Amino acid sequence: MLNLVDRRMGIFLAGLFLLTVAIPVGNLAMAGQPVPSYIVALLGKYLCYALLAVALDLVWGYCGILSLGHGAFFALGGYAMGMHLMREIGARGVYANPVLPDFMVFLNWDSLPWYWLGFDMFGFALAMALLVPGLLAFVFGWFAFRSRVTGVYLSIITQAMTYALMLAFFRNEMGFGGYNGLTDFKDVLGFSLQADSTRAGLFVLSALALAAGLLVSKAITSSKLGKVLIAIRDAESRTRFIGYRVEEYKLFVFVVSAMMAGLAGALYVPQVGIINPGEFSPANSIGIVIWVALGGRGTLVGAAMGAIIVGIAQTLFTSWFPELWLFALGGLFVFVTIFLPDGVLGLIESRLGRKAGPGAAAKEASA
Amino acid sequence: MALLRVLLAAAITCAASLAAAQSLEDLVATLPEGSYDDRGAVVAQIAGTGDDRALKVLESLLEGDLEVLDSNGRVVEIRSEGRDDFATDILTGEDYGEVPSRGSSRIRVNNSLRRDIRAAMGTMTLRHPDPARRLAAAQAAFRSPDPDQAELLSEALAAETDPQVAEALSRAVAVAALEGAAPEAAQLEAVAVLSEMGNTEARTILAAAAADAEGPVAEAASDAVRHIDQMQRLWGLAQNVWFGLSLGSVLLLAAIGLAITFGVMGVINMAHGELVMIGAYTTFVVQEAIRSSFPALFDWSLLIAAPLAFAVAGGVGVAIERGVVRFLYGRPLETLLATWGISLMLQQAVRSIFGPNNREVGNPSFMSGAFELGQMTVTWNRLWILVFALAVFAVLLFVLKKTPIGLQMRAVTQNRAMASNMGIRTGWVDAMTFGLGAGIAGLAGVALSQIDNVSPNLGQSYIVDSFMVVVFGGAGNIWGTLAGAFSLGIANKFLEPWTGAVLAKILVLVFIILFIQKRPRGLFAVRGRAVDA
Amino acid sequence: MSTQLLLDGVNRSFDGFKAINDLSLAVEKGELRAIIGPNGAGKTTMMDIITGKTRPDTGRVMWNQSVDLTRTDEAGSARLGIGRKFQKPTVFETQTVEDNIALALKEDRSVWATLFHRRSAEDTRRIGELLELVKLSHVAGWMAGDLSHGQKQWLEIGMLLAQDPELLLVDEPAAGMTDAETMRTAELLRQIAGRHTVIVVEHDMDFVRALDCRVTVLHQGHVLAEGSLDHVSANEQVIEVYLGR
Repeated sequence: MLNLVDRRMGIFLAGLFLLTVAIPVGNLAMAGQPVPSYIVALLGKYLCYALLAVALDLVWGYCGILSLGHGAFFALGGYAMGMHLMREIGARGVYANPVLPDFMVFLNWDSLPWYWLGFDMFGFALAMALLVPGLLAFVFGWFAFRSRVTGVYLSIITQAMTYALMLAFFRNEMGFGGYNGLTDFKDVLGFSLQADSTRAGLFVLSALALAAGLLVSKAITSSKLGKVLIAIRDAESRTRFIGYRVEEYKLFVFVVSAMMAGLAGALYVPQVGIINPGEFSPANSIGIVIWVALGGRGTLVGAAMGAIIVGIAQTLFTSWFPELWLFALGGLFVFVTIFLPDGVLGLIESRLGRKAGPGAAAKEASA
Repeated sequence: MALLRVLLAAAITCAASLAAAQSLEDLVATLPEGSYDDRGAVVAQIAGTGDDRALKVLESLLEGDLEVLDSNGRVVEIRSEGRDDFATDILTGEDYGEVPSRGSSRIRVNNSLRRDIRAAMGTMTLRHPDPARRLAAAQAAFRSPDPDQAELLSEALAAETDPQVAEALSRAVAVAALEGAAPEAAQLEAVAVLSEMGNTEARTILAAAAADAEGPVAEAASDAVRHIDQMQRLWGLAQNVWFGLSLGSVLLLAAIGLAITFGVMGVINMAHGELVMIGAYTTFVVQEAIRSSFPALFDWSLLIAAPLAFAVAGGVGVAIERGVVRFLYGRPLETLLATWGISLMLQQAVRSIFGPNNREVGNPSFMSGAFELGQMTVTWNRLWILVFALAVFAVLLFVLKKTPIGLQMRAVTQNRAMASNMGIRTGWVDAMTFGLGAGIAGLAGVALSQIDNVSPNLGQSYIVDSFMVVVFGGAGNIWGTLAGAFSLGIANKFLEPWTGAVLAKILVLVFIILFIQKRPRGLFAVRGRAVDA
Repeated sequence: MSTQLLLDGVNRSFDGFKAINDLSLAVEKGELRAIIGPNGAGKTTMMDIITGKTRPDTGRVMWNQSVDLTRTDEAGSARLGIGRKFQKPTVFETQTVEDNIALALKEDRSVWATLFHRRSAEDTRRIGELLELVKLSHVAGWMAGDLSHGQKQWLEIGMLLAQDPELLLVDEPAAGMTDAETMRTAELLRQIAGRHTVIVVEHDMDFVRALDCRVTVLHQGHVLAEGSLDHVSANEQVIEVYLGR
């Protein structure tokens, strides 16, 4: 386990640990809450994004699969958790129906659709937040990788996948709240979502999930399987001729990554209080890619950093110069792809004169 | 019964011809007198005068607005404003001002007289010198069939010279025949006429006839209903094909520029949709300038906007290629990200300049309205966009196959290194190719401004669809793009009646995702740089 | 001796062009075979068919007289024991020379096995041995991308040997090598033959002569002649299409 923590991972995890201990403890100990709870919620959101970025880095940075549909896995995880939170509302909704969520009452439905059954149990919902994205990734990947759909073609059909899901979730008939999605959550496991302590708890959970995601990804990428993944990224055909079933490896890492993204979504929804079909939009999924590219692909820690940096920048820009945010984000895409192929982490490490890891030194995957 | 009516009609005609000598003034003056039957005879005579004012008199009489002023005995038309009545002379149009209550007496009509009046009016309008009026009358007769008018209609049909009016009349005759107790032969003839007509109205009448009539007429009618059902299915099919072609032409326009940059250069241009948007905004600016300075040129605005949109979008395209894309060749995924960044910036730029809301782009007169083709409706703007898309395609095909730059582009597509060794400036070819693809996106924007909202989000709504067309058709082959655009358009429109628009789109996307598994290089794959990427 | 590889009446065309035309070929276990032929003779397509990259339109391809190779994919044929070395050396450039060899070692290739794989002492010994053999021990920790062209060729040969295949398909191994290296390669291949079956595709006649083995001449996807180098060199058809140019 300890051999997974190299220097960059160590520094990052230490920082994460300090943050998660310092903020709740500080808020408890000091009077007047030095860190307002909206900031805690915001930070928790960034940590979910960071986990999502790590998930994408696992497939893109290490296996060359540029998924433009990872937002779909994130959103599905979010919907699974959102469904549980809807069931938790119970009779406290506007229509006071003990079983049906408000939007179903509004649509004149008289019973819960079958796929909503079981979501009243937290454990079931959490399992679904992992299994549904995993299953989608499995089915999608099973077809796509077996047929050797690669490179930009794969990117484009993953984009089509999330786009199709977005259109589907916009439909009221789907039973997921249509355009408005799921919202007005009250509590989770009996803790009010408005309470500061719950927010702090979710924040710590997000940090733990991120740390776990990083360590699992690190374990995978430093195993022999990780070396096979890099081999696939750099010379897919050659890897086949050595006897590795490339499609099986891609499928494995794609499914693991999707489940990680689903977990990020499940943690994200209670913290932001809403999940709607907009999360499936292709633009969101491309946004994830830039987090990874900015931080440094194939570095895991870099991806997490990239997500946090872009998240903070977005929050600051949209409150200070809302007009300029898209210029800044667009410029970031251009700048990073042309001038920062190794990302911020690569830049920092080469400045420090340390030899970057195999991933950061990677030439561009020709995928 | 039929005999009686023939006699009656003959009597009316006869009376009308006898009374021809009498003036309209005299006839109108006699209207208030006598019984309802006398009044009926006068009505026929009025119709027989051929006077232009006669129709107005009869209309007014039918409505019960015709009264006699007690003061001067003139026949007037009464119109009510609130509680007060005002009188106008029905013949001279002279205004007699307000009429005190009980200052006039109504010329009464009963149901039998009303029928006579309608018949008389029908004759008059059916014989009206203006074909448009005659057509309207025939169509009115079709919609409210009256067996009593059957003879009138037949006579009018016999005298009719305008083919369009004659057709409408023959239909009216047919309906009247079916409604009444016409001889079997006439009814069969009527069924044939309606069957030929073949629309929903005819089907309703025939279905009723099939239910009411007996013997051969009922049989013929139900056959005709089946025939119409079949025809309508075919027309429905044709309508779907047309909708599909129309959607396909939009997809073709949006995708074809993308197909060039993707096919020739292996570059995924995510800013393609924004170049379309720039074309649409160029159209908007051109129209604004024309509206404020040369309103007379408005119908030419699209023709003026097209080259400008090509130039503006093409210029932006060349700038993107020289400024960003050329540093990223051989790295298709990075190009995808960088051009996505450019698309965000272009969107925001347009939002900052023109505002976030939809901008109004008008349709020139030749693109407004619609026409009927058989039983389907074709709007002019959709038709012109189809023509435009095919024209752009043809020009592009010509450029690629017959011009030196096209030859160089194909050379670079097939073997970049070899082309470079043979002295082709691949950098220049890349810039031109990218510019060409971008310019065509601009042209697409001109066309799309006619049918879609011109807003900063315009491009986003097409980008996924156009990628689908390109990967489905096969990169590097513009014939593939053509086939892909139209087959996806038609598939979409054929699914829509069954599933609804959104589900149809989802199904098409799922189909493409599955199709790519089967043929990872699309319908018409071509070996090239994009393929090896 | 038994037949290692049998191609029987194989045909394959691309867009109407017949790349392989009624090709029949039998290679015995342990044999060293050279295949020569002008460009476009179908050498690469033949290798693609044997390794499962391309499926023949018609014909049989049998492995050890029992397994139908037309039904396997690249990974499947590699697992059966067919190793292939490409003309252009392709190694995993962002991984170390040692890891390149480790990836090729003959071991369980399943996802779970690689995920939980631990390098054993035996693995380490074998890697060291192979690095020694291809003379890359001193650069074991280098990124493979930093190697010279010739070193990459050797690394690829090392990876091929690490797979311990029954059959080695070697495509123009001498390309880009110095004369000395060429002779060393030929010697290595002769050593390997016997324990392994080796098929070498080559243009370089000196190299083929150094291999001193049975030669098959391909022309337009068909076997034109077969026998010793001297024998085929004397064949008039061969002289016409290939040697006489």
